[in-house]
Amino acid sequence: MSTETPPSESARPATSANSRPAKADGDGAPGEITSAQVEHLAGLARIKLTPEEITKLTGELVAIVDNVAKVTEVATPDVPATSHPIPLQNVFRDDVVGVTLTQEQALSGAPEHDGSRFRVSAILGEEQ
Amino acid sequence: MAKPALMPYEKAIELYEPVLGFEVHVELNTKTKMFSDAPNFFGGEPNTNVTPVDLGLPGSLPVVNEQAVKYAISLGLALGCSIAPSSRFARKNYFYPDLAKNYQISQFDEPIAFTGSVEVELPDGRLFTVPIERAHMEEDAGKLTHVGGATGRIQGAEYSLVDYNRAGVPLVEIVTDIIYGAEGDAPELAKAYVSTIRDIVVALGISDAKMERGNLRCDANISLRPRTAPGEPPAKLGTRTETKNVNSLRSVERAIRYEIQRQAAILEGGGTIIQETRHWHEDTGQTSAGRPKSDADDYRYFPEPDLLPVVPSLELIEVLRAGLPEAPVARRRRLKADWGFTDLEFQDVVNSGLLTEIVETTKAGASAQSARKWWTGEIARIANQRGVDASSLVSPLHVSELIALVESGTLTDRLARQVLEGVIEGEGTPDEVVAGRGLAVVSDDGALIAAIDEALAAQPDVLAKIRDGKVQAAGAVIGAVMKAMKGQADAARVRELVLERASA
Amino acid sequence: MSHDLTRLTASALAEKLRTREVSSLEAVDAHLDRIAAVDPDVHAFLHVAADQARATARAIDARRASGDLSADETGAARGGSASELAGVPIAIKDVLCTIDMPSTAGSKILEGWVPPYDATVVAKLRRAGLIPLGKTNMDEFAMGSSTEHSAYGPTHNPWDLDRIPGGSGGGSAAAVAAFEAPLALGSDTGGSIRQPAAVTGSVGVKPTYGGVSRYGAIALASSLDQVGPVSRTVLDAALLHDVIGGHDARDSTSLRDEWPSFAAAAREGAATRSLKGLKVGIVKELQGDGFQKGVTQRFEEAVALLTAAGAEVIEVSTPSFEYAISAYYLILPAEASSNLAKFDSVRFGLRVNPPGGGTVEDVMSATREAGFGPEVKRRIILGTYALSAGYYDAYYGSAQKVRTLIQRDFARVFADVDVLVSPSAPTTAFKLGEKLDDPLAMYLNDLTTIPANLAGVPGISLPVGLAPEDGLPVGIQFMAPAREDARLYKLGATLEALLEEKRGHPLLSEAPDLAPQEMFASEEGAV
Repeated sequence: MSTETPPSESARPATSANSRPAKADGDGAPGEITSAQVEHLAGLARIKLTPEEITKLTGELVAIVDNVAKVTEVATPDVPATSHPIPLQNVFRDDVVGVTLTQEQALSGAPEHDGSRFRVSAILGEEQ
Repeated sequence: MAKPALMPYEKAIELYEPVLGFEVHVELNTKTKMFSDAPNFFGGEPNTNVTPVDLGLPGSLPVVNEQAVKYAISLGLALGCSIAPSSRFARKNYFYPDLAKNYQISQFDEPIAFTGSVEVELPDGRLFTVPIERAHMEEDAGKLTHVGGATGRIQGAEYSLVDYNRAGVPLVEIVTDIIYGAEGDAPELAKAYVSTIRDIVVALGISDAKMERGNLRCDANISLRPRTAPGEPPAKLGTRTETKNVNSLRSVERAIRYEIQRQAAILEGGGTIIQETRHWHEDTGQTSAGRPKSDADDYRYFPEPDLLPVVPSLELIEVLRAGLPEAPVARRRRLKADWGFTDLEFQDVVNSGLLTEIVETTKAGASAQSARKWWTGEIARIANQRGVDASSLVSPLHVSELIALVESGTLTDRLARQVLEGVIEGEGTPDEVVAGRGLAVVSDDGALIAAIDEALAAQPDVLAKIRDGKVQAAGAVIGAVMKAMKGQADAARVRELVLERASA
Repeated sequence: MSHDLTRLTASALAEKLRTREVSSLEAVDAHLDRIAAVDPDVHAFLHVAADQARATARAIDARRASGDLSADETGAARGGSASELAGVPIAIKDVLCTIDMPSTAGSKILEGWVPPYDATVVAKLRRAGLIPLGKTNMDEFAMGSSTEHSAYGPTHNPWDLDRIPGGSGGGSAAAVAAFEAPLALGSDTGGSIRQPAAVTGSVGVKPTYGGVSRYGAIALASSLDQVGPVSRTVLDAALLHDVIGGHDARDSTSLRDEWPSFAAAAREGAATRSLKGLKVGIVKELQGDGFQKGVTQRFEEAVALLTAAGAEVIEVSTPSFEYAISAYYLILPAEASSNLAKFDSVRFGLRVNPPGGGTVEDVMSATREAGFGPEVKRRIILGTYALSAGYYDAYYGSAQKVRTLIQRDFARVFADVDVLVSPSAPTTAFKLGEKLDDPLAMYLNDLTTIPANLAGVPGISLPVGLAPEDGLPVGIQFMAPAREDARLYKLGATLEALLEEKRGHPLLSEAPDLAPQEMFASEEGAV
């Protein structure tokens, strides 16, 4: 649907913070889901699952992934991917200022704020 | 922070080859944000320049700012890049409180611009070609303020406050390819590269490019590889670190030098470099470890389903190409000729990273020589003293106004330095500082003559000597007059008047 | 009197409002009474805005009295000031942002959240003079096919309170089917408008992707979600679609097309009742094994009516549909895992502090653990997995390729036929709790509706009768090529007219009256 013009993948290690393995590898073949993996995914998704939930979800995901993995049967390299159901392109907005929220509106749903900013607990992780 | 071992720089370069890479973020100066019609302005009252989109409210959707796309294409072209026939946005997923949606809309596999290069000039005048891998569009995050703890830093803070005024400000991230061959000039190359990017975006008029305000931010990747004997294959690339928070040209240079010395000391001691983010601390001149980078960093990029591909027409690209300013090297040659600087003078300007400031100062009306004199002289001296970039101290407009005041005789050089100090201290424009501090030269001859007559009367012996033709004796009277005028007089005019009055 | 008004279709009520035979306030009061009477059993609503609805009704009545309200017969009120539906009450699915009512998407994590803005479709409703009655129940974040995944308890099917009303938009469908509102808004990501319509005997339309703005619809899966109408007749759905449809600059995926009047299409279909020249394709892959006997029977009878009306009906094959559910259950969780990341306790919604405090990361994790239900967690984890380094190409990438194959299948068969037809759902309404512990079985319920979302084409479900074995409603689904929504309204209105002619009354008049009889002095027959 669109012309693919990827940057050179080979020359990236020193500068690019992001790279994705070209295909499934490393962590095991698709379909094999362990409770350790579910715990890792829950961490990425910021959900503090209980051990019981992890056990239950692991079983459910194994079953679901077994089923949905059938997409790989027909997804041959010659088939392009579709991201949008109706192809559009160049949908832009003019660079004109519109209406903003008031500070009161912006903070209206906040669990905690100091009158002008949202307040959160201490952050120990580093900025990305 | 314990002081880590550092290897002397010369020795580090002897043993290892530094390999570099840079990610420079440029904030675009569009009127509105990248994906919302909120004003692109993030000073002022927190959380006022926001729409539901910038706060990531449920149900809100992004719409691309066309001007930002045009700016990104222009920048891509200025970097010698190819413009992608079709490019698209992607979501970079990670949780952080300054990221309203907990994903950043960026570009991943189809950036707007790719494969270019930038020529930069090293201190010795040598040109070095920095290869550009890509330039892509993305949105900025909000601003965190850490409260509690000793320093306002994240460590030890009790809580943090979030202002989303900056959330959604358009960014172009310029990513270089791996840079080999910088050798011992690596720190200078780093500074020259960032300085050149700054010159380019200012010439394009697409960014305010103030590093101290975060309009231009540099993340520096660096690794060392052991040198091998001639004829042997080169060693494998070393593990890299990514130094962040490098917010001035001066810091770019210092941080690279520091990392080379630190990594070399570790490698020489048999240690290994950890692949990690390091934070530069301007005050201590050191870097400290951030979160280790590992495979756990999984941004789960996927095409942004709320946005459509950007497919710029060839006509648009050609229109933007035609509007490009000249290439940095050609521009530098032209400016040197236009300004009539000597090789030494011009190299001094380029190395100081103040080309943009001098251009802007001349645009505001000052002569190039005066601009050069002030920027590379007094302003650079104060900047050096304070450990900041000269560009962060004062605006080109104010420097130009200051020069005009000197050239009109309103200020002497000495007074002008005091006015500059006032401007830097935030006392206002040069005119306002002159008024506020009462610093203008007394150009009223009447007031001067009164003071001279008084001084001559007080020192009859001096008057006699002058009348005897011993003109150098006038110095004592001039000194007394200048003192009486609190320095706010033009000494040359005072001398003229003293001789006139003495012979009257 | 008041009971009578709730039995009117939206267009019939609009007519009485226009002639000032009844006031908007009377219409609103009638529906509020009905809600008070039956909703304790049905639980279609999460929030009823009685005072606001009455105030709005008074204002509309005043405008009508002063001649300030211009009725527009064509329903061409898109962006205009008032429509044919001015003064008609409507229920709004809780997935849509409303500036004056809580908007929770059926989740605890948004309990009590009142957005500082209206969804574009809600703003359009208000401009057209429709009167929001309240917000309807749904599966949490629209994840489900039964409304059992609502954090606020399930909605019950008005035909049998022990059964599910479908999902995720079970609240909107049940509200309409139980005569609590003549109209409702829904959202359809994989069938969330059409399947509830089918199992409650109401009408539901998923418009062409991009035909109706998504701005202000709390996103489940951005590339699949579409807002659409829920009603008791095809014409009513068309009238509502005319109000909410059209381009919105705040939604990049919104189409700039000039749309025809869908109400005009529906009226034409009901009037002509001839299907001569229409080619209808029965989708081979959306029938047979796994479809309830009575569903197939009523479906075949309806198809026979189409043939009798002059349509040419052929069987077509779309082999890739076999992979649609698999692709859907990769694309949806992937997009949802990202869309739902914003629920982090910082700017809005629930915050849960872990015992003994903790970092912001701990607070976010504790909030999301407490605030999301099991189905939401299941899909977030699945989506996170599908997008992870090392699995992206195998799962998300492959699913996007299947999407291409499904689009190709649609394009191929639409070269031969004007519309596709299938049962709207494989079964009638199942019992509450029946599939709650078997997510895969629940997912299979969307088999028939998912292909339209993956390809972005429009689909309509309308009732064709009751399955003989359980006496529960069966729906038929038509799908048309993208942008051909009008074709569905015209055909749907024709079939609806033919069915009513045969049956002698609307199907919903056979539904049990849930209200205690003593509440109403005089009963009149169904409309």
